[in-house]
Amino acid sequence: MSAARLRVDRERCIGAGMCALTAPEVFDQDPDDGRVLLLHPDPLITRPTATRMAAGVCPSGALTLQDRPTGRDAGGDPP
Amino acid sequence: MSESLHHVATLPTARRPGCPFDPPAELLDARGHGPLSRCTHVGGKPGWLITGYDLVRSVLADPRFSSRKELLNVGDFEIAPAPPGEFLLTDEPQHGRYRKPLVGRFTVRRMRLLTERIEQITADCLDAMEEAGPPTDLVTAFAKPIPTIVICELLGVPYGDRGSFQEQIDTFMGGATSDEELIAAYTATQEYLAGLVVAKRANPTDDVLSELTDSDLTDEELKGMSLVLLAAGFDTTANMLSLGTFALLRNPEQLAALRADPTLTDAAVEELLRYLSVAKTFMRTALEDVEVGGQIIEAGTTVVLSYNTANRDPERFTDPHVLDVRRRDAVGHLAFSHGIHQCLGQQLARVEMRVAFRALIDRFPTLRLAVPAEEVGLRPETADIYGVTSLPVTWDERRS
Ligand code: SF4
Repeated sequence: MSAARLRVDRERCIGAGMCALTAPEVFDQDPDDGRVLLLHPDPLITRPTATRMAAGVCPSGALTLQDRPTGRDAGGDPP
Repeated sequence: MSESLHHVATLPTARRPGCPFDPPAELLDARGHGPLSRCTHVGGKPGWLITGYDLVRSVLADPRFSSRKELLNVGDFEIAPAPPGEFLLTDEPQHGRYRKPLVGRFTVRRMRLLTERIEQITADCLDAMEEAGPPTDLVTAFAKPIPTIVICELLGVPYGDRGSFQEQIDTFMGGATSDEELIAAYTATQEYLAGLVVAKRANPTDDVLSELTDSDLTDEELKGMSLVLLAAGFDTTANMLSLGTFALLRNPEQLAALRADPTLTDAAVEELLRYLSVAKTFMRTALEDVEVGGQIIEAGTTVVLSYNTANRDPERFTDPHVLDVRRRDAVGHLAFSHGIHQCLGQQLARVEMRVAFRALIDRFPTLRLAVPAEEVGLRPETADIYGVTSLPVTWDERRS
Protein backbone atom coordinates (compact mmCIF):
# COMPACT_ATOMS: atom_id res chain seq x y z
CA MET A 1 0.00 0.00 0.00
CA SER A 2 1.41 3.35 -0.95
CA ALA A 3 1.47 5.85 1.84
CA ALA A 4 -0.94 8.66 1.14
CA ARG A 5 -2.66 11.38 3.01
CA LEU A 6 -6.11 12.83 2.48
CA ARG A 7 -6.27 16.57 2.12
CA VAL A 8 -9.61 18.23 2.73
CA ASP A 9 -9.93 21.76 1.44
CA ARG A 10 -13.18 23.18 2.74
CA GLU A 11 -12.69 26.39 0.79
CA ARG A 12 -12.92 24.49 -2.47
CA CYS A 13 -15.85 22.36 -1.39
CA ILE A 14 -19.06 23.15 -3.24
CA GLY A 15 -21.23 20.96 -1.04
CA ALA A 16 -22.31 18.60 -3.78
CA GLY A 17 -22.38 15.81 -1.24
CA MET A 18 -20.79 13.15 -3.40
CA CYS A 19 -18.45 12.30 -0.52
CA ALA A 20 -21.25 11.91 2.03
CA LEU A 21 -23.14 9.81 -0.48
CA THR A 22 -20.25 7.56 -1.45
CA ALA A 23 -18.65 7.15 1.95
CA PRO A 24 -21.18 8.16 4.61
CA GLU A 25 -19.09 6.53 7.31
CA VAL A 26 -16.18 8.84 6.51
CA PHE A 27 -17.74 12.12 5.37
CA ASP A 28 -20.69 14.22 6.36
CA GLN A 29 -21.79 17.70 5.38
CA ASP A 30 -22.04 20.67 7.66
CA PRO A 31 -25.75 21.19 8.29
CA ASP A 32 -25.41 24.94 7.86
CA ASP A 33 -23.18 25.46 4.89
CA GLY A 34 -23.27 21.99 3.35
CA ARG A 35 -19.50 21.72 3.24
CA VAL A 36 -17.60 18.55 3.89
CA LEU A 37 -16.93 17.29 7.41
CA LEU A 38 -14.46 14.54 8.11
CA LEU A 39 -15.76 11.96 10.57
CA HIS A 40 -12.56 9.94 10.90
CA PRO A 41 -9.13 11.25 11.71
CA ASP A 42 -7.30 9.02 9.24
CA PRO A 43 -9.85 7.44 6.93
CA LEU A 44 -7.22 6.22 4.50
CA ILE A 45 -6.22 3.73 7.14
CA THR A 46 -9.64 2.79 8.50
CA ARG A 47 -11.64 3.08 5.28
CA PRO A 48 -9.20 3.21 2.37
CA THR A 49 -11.46 2.07 -0.45
CA ALA A 50 -14.44 4.25 0.36
CA THR A 51 -12.20 7.23 0.98
CA ARG A 52 -10.38 6.84 -2.32
CA MET A 53 -13.66 6.45 -4.12
CA ALA A 54 -15.05 9.61 -2.53
CA ALA A 55 -11.95 11.57 -3.49
CA GLY A 56 -12.33 10.23 -7.01
CA VAL A 57 -15.87 11.52 -7.40
CA CYS A 58 -15.49 14.86 -5.59
CA PRO A 59 -16.34 17.37 -8.30
CA SER A 60 -14.49 20.37 -6.95
CA GLY A 61 -11.10 18.98 -6.05
CA ALA A 62 -11.79 19.58 -2.37
CA LEU A 63 -10.68 16.03 -1.52
CA THR A 64 -7.24 15.11 -2.72
CA LEU A 65 -4.89 12.25 -2.02
CA GLN A 66 -1.32 13.23 -1.54
CA ASP A 67 1.66 11.04 -1.18
CA ARG A 68 2.86 11.11 2.35
CA PRO A 69 6.08 13.05 2.41
CA THR A 70 9.05 10.86 3.17
CA GLY A 71 12.64 11.58 4.10
CA ARG A 72 14.16 14.82 2.94
CA ASP A 73 11.25 15.69 0.66
CA ALA A 74 9.23 16.33 3.76
CA GLY A 75 11.12 19.58 4.15
CA GLY A 76 8.45 22.27 4.11
CA ASP A 77 5.60 20.20 5.52
CA PRO A 78 4.32 20.74 9.02
CA PRO A 79 4.96 17.77 11.29
CA MET B 1 -1.83 17.68 -37.16
CA SER B 2 -5.34 18.98 -36.84
CA GLU B 3 -6.18 17.84 -40.39
CA SER B 4 -6.24 14.30 -39.14
CA LEU B 5 -8.88 15.15 -36.55
CA HIS B 6 -12.44 14.10 -37.03
CA HIS B 7 -14.73 16.97 -37.97
CA VAL B 8 -18.41 17.15 -37.07
CA ALA B 9 -20.00 19.58 -39.53
CA THR B 10 -22.92 20.69 -37.41
CA LEU B 11 -24.09 19.26 -34.15
CA PRO B 12 -26.66 16.55 -34.81
CA THR B 13 -30.26 17.44 -34.11
CA ALA B 14 -31.88 14.00 -34.18
CA ARG B 15 -31.41 10.50 -32.86
CA ARG B 16 -31.65 7.38 -34.98
CA PRO B 17 -35.20 6.10 -35.44
CA GLY B 18 -35.88 3.24 -33.06
CA CYS B 19 -33.02 4.21 -30.74
CA PRO B 20 -34.55 6.85 -28.48
CA PHE B 21 -32.09 6.19 -25.65
CA ASP B 22 -28.88 6.30 -27.65
CA PRO B 23 -27.01 9.53 -28.42
CA PRO B 24 -27.19 10.69 -32.04
CA ALA B 25 -25.14 8.46 -34.33
CA GLU B 26 -22.81 11.31 -35.37
CA LEU B 27 -21.76 11.81 -31.75
CA LEU B 28 -21.06 8.13 -31.16
CA ASP B 29 -19.18 8.11 -34.43
CA ALA B 30 -17.13 11.12 -33.28
CA ARG B 31 -16.21 9.29 -30.06
CA GLY B 32 -15.13 6.38 -32.21
CA HIS B 33 -12.58 8.68 -33.85
CA GLY B 34 -11.20 9.86 -30.53
CA PRO B 35 -12.27 11.87 -27.49
CA LEU B 36 -11.82 15.23 -29.21
CA SER B 37 -13.19 16.42 -32.55
CA ARG B 38 -13.39 19.68 -34.42
CA CYS B 39 -16.89 20.99 -34.93
CA THR B 40 -18.70 23.91 -36.44
CA HIS B 41 -21.08 25.70 -34.11
CA VAL B 42 -24.65 26.54 -35.10
CA GLY B 43 -23.66 30.12 -35.93
CA GLY B 44 -20.80 28.98 -38.13
CA LYS B 45 -17.86 29.54 -35.78
CA PRO B 46 -15.28 26.78 -35.49
CA GLY B 47 -15.16 24.96 -32.17
CA TRP B 48 -14.36 21.70 -30.49
CA LEU B 49 -16.54 18.79 -29.54
CA ILE B 50 -15.48 16.63 -26.61
CA THR B 51 -17.03 13.20 -26.42
CA GLY B 52 -14.59 11.25 -24.23
CA TYR B 53 -15.31 10.80 -20.54
CA ASP B 54 -11.88 11.75 -19.18
CA LEU B 55 -11.54 14.87 -21.30
CA VAL B 56 -15.07 16.10 -20.55
CA ARG B 57 -14.36 15.65 -16.88
CA SER B 58 -11.04 17.45 -17.03
CA VAL B 59 -12.49 20.46 -18.89
CA LEU B 60 -15.32 20.69 -16.36
CA ALA B 61 -12.82 20.81 -13.51
CA ASP B 62 -10.59 23.37 -15.24
CA PRO B 63 -11.07 27.03 -14.23
CA ARG B 64 -9.44 28.08 -17.51
CA PHE B 65 -12.75 27.18 -19.12
CA SER B 66 -15.56 29.63 -18.45
CA SER B 67 -19.30 29.05 -18.12
CA ARG B 68 -20.13 32.68 -18.79
CA LYS B 69 -22.84 32.98 -21.34
CA GLU B 70 -21.61 36.22 -22.90
CA LEU B 71 -18.29 34.57 -23.79
CA LEU B 72 -19.92 31.92 -25.97
CA ASN B 73 -18.31 32.15 -29.35
CA VAL B 74 -20.58 30.28 -31.69
CA GLY B 75 -21.48 32.81 -34.37
CA ASP B 76 -21.19 36.41 -35.44
CA PHE B 77 -23.53 37.81 -32.87
CA GLU B 78 -23.33 39.16 -29.37
CA ILE B 79 -24.74 37.15 -26.51
CA ALA B 80 -26.11 38.96 -23.49
CA PRO B 81 -24.74 37.99 -20.08
CA ALA B 82 -26.90 35.75 -17.95
CA PRO B 83 -29.59 37.59 -16.00
CA PRO B 84 -28.85 38.08 -12.29
CA GLY B 85 -29.17 34.87 -10.31
CA GLU B 86 -28.75 32.44 -13.19
CA PHE B 87 -25.72 30.91 -11.59
CA LEU B 88 -25.20 28.10 -14.08
CA LEU B 89 -23.91 30.64 -16.57
CA THR B 90 -21.43 32.39 -14.28
CA ASP B 91 -17.91 31.77 -13.00
CA GLU B 92 -16.36 32.30 -9.61
CA PRO B 93 -16.72 34.38 -7.55
CA GLN B 94 -20.30 35.19 -8.65
CA HIS B 95 -21.21 31.55 -8.89
CA GLY B 96 -20.15 30.89 -5.32
CA ARG B 97 -22.05 33.89 -4.07
CA TYR B 98 -25.24 32.38 -5.46
CA ARG B 99 -24.50 28.80 -4.63
CA LYS B 100 -23.21 29.14 -1.08
CA PRO B 101 -26.43 30.19 0.62
CA LEU B 102 -28.18 27.23 -1.00
CA VAL B 103 -25.79 24.40 -0.28
CA GLY B 104 -26.80 23.78 3.32
CA ARG B 105 -30.40 23.29 2.19
CA PHE B 106 -29.53 20.43 -0.16
CA THR B 107 -27.22 18.17 1.81
CA VAL B 108 -27.41 14.38 1.62
CA ARG B 109 -28.77 14.26 5.16
CA ARG B 110 -31.41 16.91 4.62
CA MET B 111 -32.64 15.30 1.45
CA ARG B 112 -32.92 11.92 3.19
CA LEU B 113 -35.15 13.56 5.77
CA LEU B 114 -37.50 14.46 2.95
CA THR B 115 -37.95 10.82 1.98
CA GLU B 116 -41.15 10.32 3.92
CA ARG B 117 -42.80 13.37 2.44
CA ILE B 118 -41.76 12.29 -1.06
CA GLU B 119 -43.18 8.83 -0.41
CA GLN B 120 -46.47 10.43 0.57
CA ILE B 121 -46.58 12.63 -2.53
CA THR B 122 -45.76 9.63 -4.71
CA ALA B 123 -48.42 7.47 -3.06
CA ASP B 124 -51.01 10.18 -3.64
CA CYS B 125 -50.15 10.36 -7.34
CA LEU B 126 -50.29 6.59 -7.69
CA ASP B 127 -53.62 6.44 -5.84
CA ALA B 128 -55.07 8.94 -8.27
CA MET B 129 -53.66 7.00 -11.20
CA GLU B 130 -55.09 3.73 -9.95
CA GLU B 131 -58.46 5.25 -9.23
CA ALA B 132 -58.75 6.77 -12.69
CA GLY B 133 -57.84 3.38 -14.16
CA PRO B 134 -55.84 2.43 -17.27
CA PRO B 135 -54.72 3.69 -19.68
CA THR B 136 -53.01 6.87 -18.59
CA ASP B 137 -50.25 9.24 -19.60
CA LEU B 138 -47.46 8.56 -17.16
CA VAL B 139 -45.98 12.00 -17.76
CA THR B 140 -49.00 13.90 -16.47
CA ALA B 141 -50.03 11.34 -13.84
CA PHE B 142 -46.64 10.61 -12.31
CA ALA B 143 -43.46 12.05 -13.81
CA LYS B 144 -44.41 15.74 -13.69
CA PRO B 145 -46.47 16.10 -10.51
CA ILE B 146 -44.02 14.41 -8.14
CA PRO B 147 -40.98 16.67 -8.74
CA THR B 148 -43.20 19.71 -9.17
CA ILE B 149 -44.86 19.27 -5.79
CA VAL B 150 -41.53 18.51 -4.13
CA ILE B 151 -39.62 21.51 -5.51
CA CYS B 152 -42.56 23.84 -4.88
CA GLU B 153 -42.81 22.76 -1.26
CA LEU B 154 -39.08 23.11 -0.82
CA LEU B 155 -38.90 26.55 -2.41
CA GLY B 156 -42.16 27.71 -0.88
CA VAL B 157 -44.35 28.12 -3.96
CA PRO B 158 -48.03 28.09 -2.94
CA TYR B 159 -49.88 24.92 -3.79
CA GLY B 160 -52.56 26.57 -5.88
CA ASP B 161 -50.08 28.23 -8.24
CA ARG B 162 -48.34 25.06 -9.36
CA GLY B 163 -50.37 23.99 -12.34
CA SER B 164 -49.96 27.10 -14.43
CA PHE B 165 -46.23 27.47 -14.30
CA GLN B 166 -45.60 23.75 -14.55
CA GLU B 167 -47.03 24.21 -18.04
CA GLN B 168 -44.99 27.36 -18.59
CA ILE B 169 -41.72 25.75 -17.60
CA ASP B 170 -42.53 22.80 -19.80
CA THR B 171 -43.12 25.20 -22.67
CA PHE B 172 -39.78 26.94 -22.44
CA MET B 173 -37.73 23.86 -21.59
CA GLY B 174 -39.35 21.46 -24.03
CA GLY B 175 -37.84 22.88 -27.21
CA ALA B 176 -40.95 22.21 -29.27
CA THR B 177 -42.61 25.63 -29.29
CA SER B 178 -42.31 28.82 -31.31
CA ASP B 179 -40.05 31.61 -30.10
CA GLU B 180 -43.04 33.79 -29.20
CA GLU B 181 -44.62 31.12 -27.04
CA LEU B 182 -41.30 30.40 -25.43
CA ILE B 183 -40.66 34.03 -24.53
CA ALA B 184 -44.23 34.49 -23.28
CA ALA B 185 -43.96 31.46 -20.99
CA TYR B 186 -40.55 32.53 -19.75
CA THR B 187 -41.69 36.08 -19.02
CA ALA B 188 -44.83 34.90 -17.24
CA THR B 189 -42.79 32.64 -14.97
CA GLN B 190 -40.34 35.44 -14.22
CA GLU B 191 -43.15 37.82 -13.32
CA TYR B 192 -44.75 35.28 -11.09
CA LEU B 193 -41.48 34.62 -9.27
CA ALA B 194 -40.75 38.33 -8.88
CA GLY B 195 -44.06 38.65 -7.03
CA LEU B 196 -43.28 35.63 -4.93
CA VAL B 197 -39.90 37.03 -3.84
CA VAL B 198 -41.56 40.25 -2.69
CA ALA B 199 -44.18 38.26 -0.80
CA LYS B 200 -41.55 36.11 0.94
CA ARG B 201 -39.61 39.16 2.00
CA ALA B 202 -42.72 40.60 3.58
CA ASN B 203 -43.92 37.33 5.13
CA PRO B 204 -41.15 34.75 5.39
CA THR B 205 -42.26 31.15 5.79
CA ASP B 206 -40.28 27.97 6.36
CA ASP B 207 -38.81 27.38 2.92
CA VAL B 208 -35.69 27.91 0.82
CA LEU B 209 -36.87 31.10 -0.85
CA SER B 210 -37.77 32.77 2.46
CA GLU B 211 -34.43 31.77 3.88
CA LEU B 212 -32.66 33.25 0.88
CA THR B 213 -34.31 36.62 1.43
CA ASP B 214 -32.22 36.70 4.58
CA SER B 215 -28.99 36.91 2.55
CA ASP B 216 -27.39 39.82 0.71
CA LEU B 217 -28.98 38.77 -2.57
CA THR B 218 -31.20 41.29 -4.35
CA ASP B 219 -34.80 40.61 -5.37
CA GLU B 220 -33.69 40.48 -8.99
CA GLU B 221 -31.07 37.86 -8.16
CA LEU B 222 -33.50 35.84 -6.08
CA LYS B 223 -35.97 35.82 -8.93
CA GLY B 224 -33.33 34.48 -11.29
CA MET B 225 -32.18 31.88 -8.79
CA SER B 226 -35.67 30.59 -8.11
CA LEU B 227 -36.26 30.25 -11.81
CA VAL B 228 -33.14 28.12 -12.16
CA LEU B 229 -34.05 26.03 -9.13
CA LEU B 230 -37.60 25.51 -10.30
CA ALA B 231 -36.74 24.68 -13.86
CA ALA B 232 -33.82 22.45 -12.92
CA GLY B 233 -35.63 20.83 -10.03
CA PHE B 234 -38.69 19.99 -11.97
CA ASP B 235 -37.92 19.48 -15.63
CA THR B 236 -34.87 17.26 -15.26
CA THR B 237 -36.39 14.91 -12.71
CA ALA B 238 -39.71 14.76 -14.56
CA ASN B 239 -37.91 13.64 -17.69
CA MET B 240 -35.75 11.16 -15.83
CA LEU B 241 -38.88 9.59 -14.36
CA SER B 242 -40.75 9.33 -17.64
CA LEU B 243 -37.84 8.46 -19.91
CA GLY B 244 -36.52 6.11 -17.22
CA THR B 245 -39.82 4.27 -17.04
CA PHE B 246 -39.86 4.06 -20.84
CA ALA B 247 -36.34 2.60 -20.80
CA LEU B 248 -37.28 0.03 -18.15
CA LEU B 249 -40.40 -0.99 -20.06
CA ARG B 250 -38.22 -1.48 -23.15
CA ASN B 251 -35.82 -3.65 -21.13
CA PRO B 252 -38.18 -6.06 -19.41
CA GLU B 253 -35.42 -8.28 -18.00
CA GLN B 254 -33.96 -5.22 -16.24
CA LEU B 255 -37.36 -4.22 -14.95
CA ALA B 256 -37.93 -7.74 -13.68
CA ALA B 257 -34.57 -7.76 -11.90
CA LEU B 258 -35.37 -4.47 -10.25
CA ARG B 259 -38.83 -5.62 -9.28
CA ALA B 260 -37.50 -8.81 -7.74
CA ASP B 261 -34.76 -7.13 -5.74
CA PRO B 262 -35.50 -3.78 -4.09
CA THR B 263 -31.87 -3.47 -2.98
CA LEU B 264 -31.02 -2.76 -6.62
CA THR B 265 -32.97 0.50 -6.57
CA ASP B 266 -30.07 2.83 -5.77
CA ALA B 267 -27.83 1.24 -8.38
CA ALA B 268 -30.65 1.30 -10.92
CA VAL B 269 -31.10 5.03 -10.41
CA GLU B 270 -27.39 5.68 -11.02
CA GLU B 271 -27.49 3.48 -14.09
CA LEU B 272 -30.55 5.23 -15.52
CA LEU B 273 -28.85 8.57 -14.91
CA ARG B 274 -25.80 7.38 -16.81
CA TYR B 275 -27.63 5.59 -19.58
CA LEU B 276 -30.14 8.36 -20.31
CA SER B 277 -28.10 11.52 -19.56
CA VAL B 278 -31.09 13.81 -20.04
CA ALA B 279 -28.89 16.89 -19.67
CA LYS B 280 -26.96 16.07 -22.81
CA THR B 281 -24.55 18.85 -23.65
CA PHE B 282 -23.01 21.90 -22.05
CA MET B 283 -20.60 24.48 -23.38
CA ARG B 284 -17.49 26.13 -22.03
CA THR B 285 -15.25 28.81 -23.48
CA ALA B 286 -11.47 28.81 -23.13
CA LEU B 287 -10.16 31.86 -21.27
CA GLU B 288 -6.61 31.22 -22.47
CA ASP B 289 -4.90 28.75 -24.75
CA VAL B 290 -5.37 25.37 -23.10
CA GLU B 291 -3.94 22.03 -24.07
CA VAL B 292 -6.61 19.36 -24.11
CA GLY B 293 -5.94 15.84 -25.26
CA GLY B 294 -2.79 16.89 -27.09
CA GLN B 295 -4.44 19.77 -28.96
CA ILE B 296 -4.35 23.48 -28.20
CA ILE B 297 -7.76 24.97 -27.70
CA GLU B 298 -7.27 28.66 -28.37
CA ALA B 299 -8.44 31.38 -26.05
CA GLY B 300 -11.98 32.45 -26.91
CA THR B 301 -12.96 29.15 -28.51
CA THR B 302 -16.15 27.49 -27.34
CA VAL B 303 -16.17 23.76 -26.73
CA VAL B 304 -19.20 21.49 -26.65
CA LEU B 305 -19.13 18.84 -23.95
CA SER B 306 -21.25 15.84 -24.83
CA TYR B 307 -22.32 14.28 -21.55
CA ASN B 308 -24.38 11.54 -23.08
CA THR B 309 -21.49 10.36 -25.23
CA ALA B 310 -19.06 10.60 -22.32
CA ASN B 311 -21.45 8.50 -20.26
CA ARG B 312 -21.32 5.90 -23.04
CA ASP B 313 -17.55 5.97 -23.30
CA PRO B 314 -16.31 2.38 -23.74
CA GLU B 315 -13.02 3.31 -22.08
CA ARG B 316 -14.84 4.22 -18.89
CA PHE B 317 -17.92 1.97 -18.83
CA THR B 318 -18.10 -1.71 -19.69
CA ASP B 319 -20.64 -2.38 -22.46
CA PRO B 320 -21.71 1.26 -22.29
CA HIS B 321 -24.77 0.89 -24.49
CA VAL B 322 -26.30 -1.76 -22.27
CA LEU B 323 -28.73 -0.73 -19.57
CA ASP B 324 -27.69 -2.83 -16.61
CA VAL B 325 -29.26 -2.13 -13.23
CA ARG B 326 -26.63 -4.31 -11.58
CA ARG B 327 -23.77 -2.29 -13.01
CA ARG B 328 -21.07 -1.30 -10.57
CA ASP B 329 -19.20 1.22 -12.66
CA ALA B 330 -22.05 3.73 -13.11
CA VAL B 331 -20.83 5.74 -10.13
CA GLY B 332 -18.89 8.72 -11.40
CA HIS B 333 -21.21 9.26 -14.38
CA LEU B 334 -21.53 12.83 -15.58
CA ALA B 335 -25.31 13.10 -15.51
CA PHE B 336 -25.04 15.76 -12.81
CA SER B 337 -21.94 17.28 -14.43
CA HIS B 338 -18.64 17.73 -12.64
CA GLY B 339 -16.59 20.61 -11.28
CA ILE B 340 -17.95 23.61 -9.43
CA HIS B 341 -21.24 23.55 -11.30
CA GLN B 342 -22.08 19.98 -10.40
CA CYS B 343 -25.81 19.79 -9.76
CA LEU B 344 -26.82 21.34 -6.48
CA GLY B 345 -30.06 19.36 -6.40
CA GLN B 346 -28.58 15.97 -7.20
CA GLN B 347 -29.27 14.47 -3.79
CA LEU B 348 -32.87 15.58 -4.01
CA ALA B 349 -33.16 14.12 -7.49
CA ARG B 350 -31.73 10.82 -6.24
CA VAL B 351 -34.21 10.54 -3.40
CA GLU B 352 -37.11 11.41 -5.70
CA MET B 353 -36.09 8.83 -8.28
CA ARG B 354 -35.43 6.09 -5.75
CA VAL B 355 -38.80 6.60 -4.10
CA ALA B 356 -40.81 7.14 -7.26
CA PHE B 357 -39.43 4.30 -9.41
CA ARG B 358 -39.71 1.88 -6.50
CA ALA B 359 -43.29 2.82 -5.72
CA LEU B 360 -44.37 2.67 -9.36
CA ILE B 361 -42.83 -0.75 -9.87
CA ASP B 362 -44.35 -2.13 -6.70
CA ARG B 363 -47.79 -0.70 -7.32
CA PHE B 364 -48.21 -1.75 -10.96
CA PRO B 365 -46.66 -5.17 -11.57
CA THR B 366 -48.27 -5.37 -15.02
CA LEU B 367 -47.36 -1.87 -16.21
CA ARG B 368 -46.71 -1.75 -19.95
CA LEU B 369 -46.78 0.64 -22.88
CA ALA B 370 -50.26 1.32 -24.24
CA VAL B 371 -48.93 2.24 -27.70
CA PRO B 372 -46.16 0.81 -29.89
CA ALA B 373 -42.80 2.10 -28.68
CA GLU B 374 -42.25 4.02 -31.93
CA GLU B 375 -45.29 6.14 -31.17
CA VAL B 376 -43.99 7.47 -27.87
CA GLY B 377 -43.40 11.19 -28.40
CA LEU B 378 -39.82 12.32 -27.82
CA ARG B 379 -38.40 15.75 -27.23
CA PRO B 380 -36.23 17.04 -30.06
CA GLU B 381 -32.48 16.92 -29.64
CA THR B 382 -32.54 20.74 -29.54
CA ALA B 383 -34.32 20.72 -26.18
CA ASP B 384 -32.02 21.49 -23.25
CA ILE B 385 -33.28 18.42 -21.44
CA TYR B 386 -34.10 15.27 -23.36
CA GLY B 387 -37.24 13.33 -22.57
CA VAL B 388 -40.61 12.07 -23.67
CA THR B 389 -43.57 14.33 -24.28
CA SER B 390 -46.10 11.70 -23.26
CA LEU B 391 -45.89 8.08 -22.20
CA PRO B 392 -49.17 6.20 -22.60
CA VAL B 393 -49.18 3.18 -20.28
CA THR B 394 -51.67 0.60 -19.20
CA TRP B 395 -51.95 -2.21 -16.65
CA ASP B 396 -54.27 -5.00 -15.52
CA GLU B 397 -56.72 -3.79 -12.94
CA ARG B 398 -56.89 -5.77 -9.75
CA ARG B 399 -60.17 -7.59 -9.29
CA SER B 400 -61.68 -6.86 -5.93
S1 SF4 C 1 -17.79 15.69 -2.74
FE1 SF4 C 1 -16.28 17.33 -2.66
S2 SF4 C 1 -17.42 19.16 -3.16
FE2 SF4 C 1 -18.92 17.61 -2.65
S3 SF4 C 1 -19.36 17.92 -0.50
FE3 SF4 C 1 -17.78 16.39 -0.63
S4 SF4 C 1 -15.86 17.54 -0.50
FE4 SF4 C 1 -17.46 19.01 -0.96
